[in-house]
Amino acid sequence: MSDFDRPTVVMCPAGPMLLRGDHEVQDADGTVHRTKRPVSAVCMCGSSATKPWCDGTHKLLAARSRESDKKPG
Amino acid sequence: MLPKSRGTLSADVFTALQSGSTAHLGTEPESEEDAQIALWTLYELHYRGFDEVDPELEWDPDLLRVRRSLERTFEADLRRQWEESPLHADPDLDLTGLVERHDGPSLARFVRRKADREQVLEILKHRSIYHLKEADPTSWVVPRLETRVKAALMEIQFDEYGNGDPNRLHHHLFRRGMEAAGLRTDHACYIDEVPVEILAMNNAVTMFGLHRRLRGAALGHFAAFESTSSIPSRMLAQGLRRLDFPEQMAAYYDEHVEADAVHEQVAVRDVCGAYLEEEPNDRDLVLFGAFTGMELEAHYARLMLAQWGES
Ligand code: FES
Repeated sequence: MSDFDRPTVVMCPAGPMLLRGDHEVQDADGTVHRTKRPVSAVCMCGSSATKPWCDGTHKLLAARSRESDKKPG
Repeated sequence: MLPKSRGTLSADVFTALQSGSTAHLGTEPESEEDAQIALWTLYELHYRGFDEVDPELEWDPDLLRVRRSLERTFEADLRRQWEESPLHADPDLDLTGLVERHDGPSLARFVRRKADREQVLEILKHRSIYHLKEADPTSWVVPRLETRVKAALMEIQFDEYGNGDPNRLHHHLFRRGMEAAGLRTDHACYIDEVPVEILAMNNAVTMFGLHRRLRGAALGHFAAFESTSSIPSRMLAQGLRRLDFPEQMAAYYDEHVEADAVHEQVAVRDVCGAYLEEEPNDRDLVLFGAFTGMELEAHYARLMLAQWGES
């Protein structure tokens, strides 16, 4: 029982997936990356230059196509 | 070392800081520069102090009287800028919308593509005033928050402070980068070289942090800062590598690309979002803080680009 919600996985609208705690994330090439901070952001837009982590590039994509803001899963 | 004075008020304040006799101090600055350097120095008593200043003076009532007078003028000026902004008139504006719509020139883009080595060194010296105590001004806010917001803010601050590893503390990373780039890193050693725009940026974040009444502005400022960091940090890292700066300096910005992509999400949703659920009347205050951070950054970028013939 807890008083506050504290999800360990959070999907950010049109942004990354936040992971709380320690995880090992396998990227698309099969390489495993350990998380190294209390919360990590995993790129969901596919455009980050530091995959598997989000580097904020999703915002540039959103700005470019403001009308179709929804990202496919 | 105390900074150089920039007018009659700061000269009087700095003399008083050394002599300890403060009762006679006036409160009228000669200029904006005079006011900002005096305020920065008075604030610094609460951070690391100065070797030549008696630590007792941190809570000297006459110095606090001068500080309060300077803060009132500064806060009124910042609020006026916010209220005059067309963004202020939009009743539906939220934090994300404000960050998207606020317009300012990008110093990071200039660094990525065009800046020369001397220009980048100048920026690093200016930035060092903040980066060598990065995250500290926000820490003043922690005891003033309720449970949920406090936990969310600390989740980010812990990362800023290296997750318990002093080697990864952000202002330590900046210090290492500066040293590798051949710059000095002693306490605020470049303060006499920074323009008033940098002083105002630093003073705003401290003022928001030190006043419980302004905690909403501190959180808004913090969220805007984190939200406008990842992409510029990547550009800065690219510029530093283009100019063959040492790897440690670029690595500082690499760290911010990744860290601030996370911090942004937590700051906007879990810090400011939760705070506004608790304090819905503070909406304007949160936006004011966010606007102020971005606006003062834009003033600085404009100044530097104009100075280099880039505007
Ligand atoms: S989700 Fe942020 S860069 Fe892809």
